[in-house]
Amino acid sequence: MPEFQRFSYDVLVIGAGGAGLRAAIEAAATGAKVGVVCKSLLGKAHTVMAEGGIAAALANVDDRDNWRVHFSDTMRGGQYLNNWRMAELHAREAPDCVRELEAWGALFDRTKDGRILQRNFGGHRYPRLAHVGDRTGLEMIRTLQDHGIHAGMEVHMECTVLRLLLDGGQIAGACGYDREKGRFYLWQAKAVVLATGGIGRAYKITSNSWEYTGDGLALAYHAGAELQDMEFVQFHPTGMVWPISVRGILVTEGVRGEGGVLRNSEGRRFMFDDIPDLYKEQTADTEEEGWRYTQGDKNARRPPELLTRDHVARCINREVKAGRGSPHGGVYLDISWIKKHLPKSEEHIKRKLPSMYHQFKQLADLDITQEQMEVGPTTHYVMGGIRVDGDTQMSTVPGLFAAGEVAAGLHGANRLGGNSLSDLLVFGRRAGRYAAEFAKTRAAATVDEQQLQATAAAALAPFDRGPAGENPYQIQYDLQDTMQDLVGIVRTEQEMQQALAAIEKFRARAERIGVVGNREYNNGWHTSVDVTNLIIVSEAVTRAALMRKESRGAQFREDFPNKDAEWGKYNIVVKSGADGAMQVEKIALSPMPDELKAVIEEMK
Amino acid sequence: MATQATFRIWRGDPAGGAFQDYSTPVEEGMVVLDAVHRIQAQQANDLAVRWNCKAGKCGSCSAEINGTPKLMCMTRLSNINLEMPVILEPMRTFPLIRDLVTDVSWNFRAKKTIRPFRPRLPDSPDGTWRMQQADVERVQEFRKCIECFLCQDVCHVLREHHKQDEFIGPRLLVHAAALEMHPLDAEDRVSDLRRKHNIGYCNITTCCRQVCPESITITENAIIPLKERVVDQFFDPLKQLFHIL
Ligand SMILES: Cc1cc2nc3c(=O)[nH]c(=O)nc-3n(C[C@H](O)[C@H](O)[C@H](O)COP(=O)(O)OP(=O)(O)OC[C@H]3O[C@@H](n4cnc5c(N)ncnc54)[C@H](O)[C@@H]3O)c2cc1C
Ligand code: SF4
Ligand code: SF4
Ligand code: FES
Repeated sequence: MPEFQRFSYDVLVIGAGGAGLRAAIEAAATGAKVGVVCKSLLGKAHTVMAEGGIAAALANVDDRDNWRVHFSDTMRGGQYLNNWRMAELHAREAPDCVRELEAWGALFDRTKDGRILQRNFGGHRYPRLAHVGDRTGLEMIRTLQDHGIHAGMEVHMECTVLRLLLDGGQIAGACGYDREKGRFYLWQAKAVVLATGGIGRAYKITSNSWEYTGDGLALAYHAGAELQDMEFVQFHPTGMVWPISVRGILVTEGVRGEGGVLRNSEGRRFMFDDIPDLYKEQTADTEEEGWRYTQGDKNARRPPELLTRDHVARCINREVKAGRGSPHGGVYLDISWIKKHLPKSEEHIKRKLPSMYHQFKQLADLDITQEQMEVGPTTHYVMGGIRVDGDTQMSTVPGLFAAGEVAAGLHGANRLGGNSLSDLLVFGRRAGRYAAEFAKTRAAATVDEQQLQATAAAALAPFDRGPAGENPYQIQYDLQDTMQDLVGIVRTEQEMQQALAAIEKFRARAERIGVVGNREYNNGWHTSVDVTNLIIVSEAVTRAALMRKESRGAQFREDFPNKDAEWGKYNIVVKSGADGAMQVEKIALSPMPDELKAVIEEMK
Repeated sequence: MATQATFRIWRGDPAGGAFQDYSTPVEEGMVVLDAVHRIQAQQANDLAVRWNCKAGKCGSCSAEINGTPKLMCMTRLSNINLEMPVILEPMRTFPLIRDLVTDVSWNFRAKKTIRPFRPRLPDSPDGTWRMQQADVERVQEFRKCIECFLCQDVCHVLREHHKQDEFIGPRLLVHAAALEMHPLDAEDRVSDLRRKHNIGYCNITTCCRQVCPESITITENAIIPLKERVVDQFFDPLKQLFHIL
């Protein structure tokens, strides 16, 4: 029988990205005993990759900005399926959270009068993103990490959680293993915060790191929690398309925010050809007006390149399908053209977009200050996630909280750029606070030893099958191909039914996975665990997407190409049924209070 | 470009190991990490390698490629001679876990020994500060660090002289510089730098600066100014004089 190393906490935080670290800092500040578990080394979580910035209505650059504008921008971006309470709290609390980062040592770019500079981003009415060049995520995670290590939390790096433990319906902790030696661990806890991030690795072309295998969603699902809005997967319009091996790596929206434009093979700025009604009023009529907007002219309206991501991604898709794409199946993104307007454009671009310059120079041998880039859509973010209470971030399982990308609600049908980093801070802080409060009211739950042993046995089973079993990497590749081809940007009933059938086969194959070698830092074994999570989230995405018979936000159904007002009244919720099968249902949105309705009306 | 290449990869654990050759197809645009992934998926499922972002942003995939410390995800095969086997080894300064993965936890422990950021009182009544872009830029250079620990790997004080208990190494000197030169910071680390972190062990060989994937001017911009602060505080003849009087 495998041994377990045992630890006991008031609050266990699973995940050490922005959301997890912020939650842990908050919980520790209340005096709670806090443990943090993460799959990779501290400071390497996905948050480190974020580029463009943190959205917060600080109003440093445009004093017309305030929480009400931010709130209504977020709701409009999410096509009104958002949890309005979360959208409200987010808009109200984000500025304070950004200032808090500064007080912990973050160094944002500055305005002329020495305050935090803010930049334009798609769907935000005013310049709103606090940033550090194009490495904002690094600044954020390092600040939280360096503050957190002195805040009194115990960190278990490179450990993977396999299962959440329950005691009579209440959370009791989690168990898992360390990657280094393959030893098993029990982390007992009175409250658990899930902050495990997203699911991008379910797709072949993605901007996401290997960690994004939807673990938190699968863990919560098995523990009986509800998932919501899983059909809404964001495809970022601009990922690299060439060379093949770097396909999917993100090209920040900041490029367009700084004046970059999209062109097809005929040299046409095709984004001017299709501007949705909801945004007509706010979009520039001419290229010249668009340029002025990016340079901070308050009387100009934004260029169509800065429309919401779902729309831009679909327009790019359409150009490519119509044969007007670039040689490697994308379109052109050009920032070098600004030399027409700016004398020292080269230095300007290198200073504003240093990582992008670096990334293209090193990986594609291309100088973005001189040449245009080739870009195409890449799987980027999941709006869906664990269904939580807007104020406390508690899921439907008592004592289980969720924050960050793994939680649903704030973004509705489509997330605005920059709204994730602020989400991590606002709701990480809330989850940490309420988890600590919850823990205070509870005695330690008991752990079911049998459940522990069963989890360990299941995790070790692939070793028994050895080289004769299925190759875990191959199953992951095949699943990624399926999701990319059949449940991607453009969806149909028939293709998604095919995907479901394929997913069933992957599940059967996953049960026969074999791994070679021993338990020490064995990536094959780790992948065998990841794959089973990916299968669950892929099924959830597909089933929810099938049920929503309309096109809205990130979901585009070729067989139902229009928005349907009736569907605008529901979220789709996925949970595990009593028989173990996945259940999908629609749940009516909760009615919005009149004050918030008035805010939206006023901002129209 | 060649269509097939051989990778001579270190396989083993603390008990021992050996190089093993793997031949795999290669294509235009591939980086070393792509080749390693391909080998892992097709020929050596249990090959241990640490990586996260595959975009040069997280600093996880550090290794020694043909003897030079580099990020595997940012090293293009087109810049390597593929006529010869490509030699891949783990960072040699850190204890081996397995294959290409090393135990870098010392860096995290050593960081904790550096006094944390402590800001001066806010400049304005709303609790915020004012800083000029020019003043933050100097520190922003240091804050680009992705903690890949490649600089720690080449520093002879750590690699050959094993002074991990006394010396924090270039990465953490950069960290200390970021704190010391932070426009808002009010803490004093100069005495620690001399006595506890032993900045004096560094003899400015610049090896660290040469391998930094973020092109941080580690020696000239971080270490030398810190050394100057130490000199100013401890060896300034005037201050010494006052000390004696
Ligand atoms: C390239 C890129 C650029 C982006 N740019 C921006 C931007 O400019 N602005 C913006 O707002 N958003 C941006 N985003 C989105 C944003 O970065 C992410 O949504 C956000 O960082 C997610 O943070 P998180 O704290 O929820 O999770 P993460 O930072 O991903 O952290 C997840 C943590 O959970 C751990 N974990 C996962 N599974 C397990 C398990 N089974 N056991 C133990 N631990 C586990 C991981 O190890 C990790 O520590 C970008 C995303 C990408 C990919
Ligand atoms: S310059 Fe100093 S810190 Fe850098 S490698 Fe040489 S001795 Fe080490
Ligand atoms: S200073 Fe450079 S080489 Fe050293 S850890 Fe940071 S990024 Fe890596
Ligand atoms: S994998 Fe992140 S730097 Fe190489």
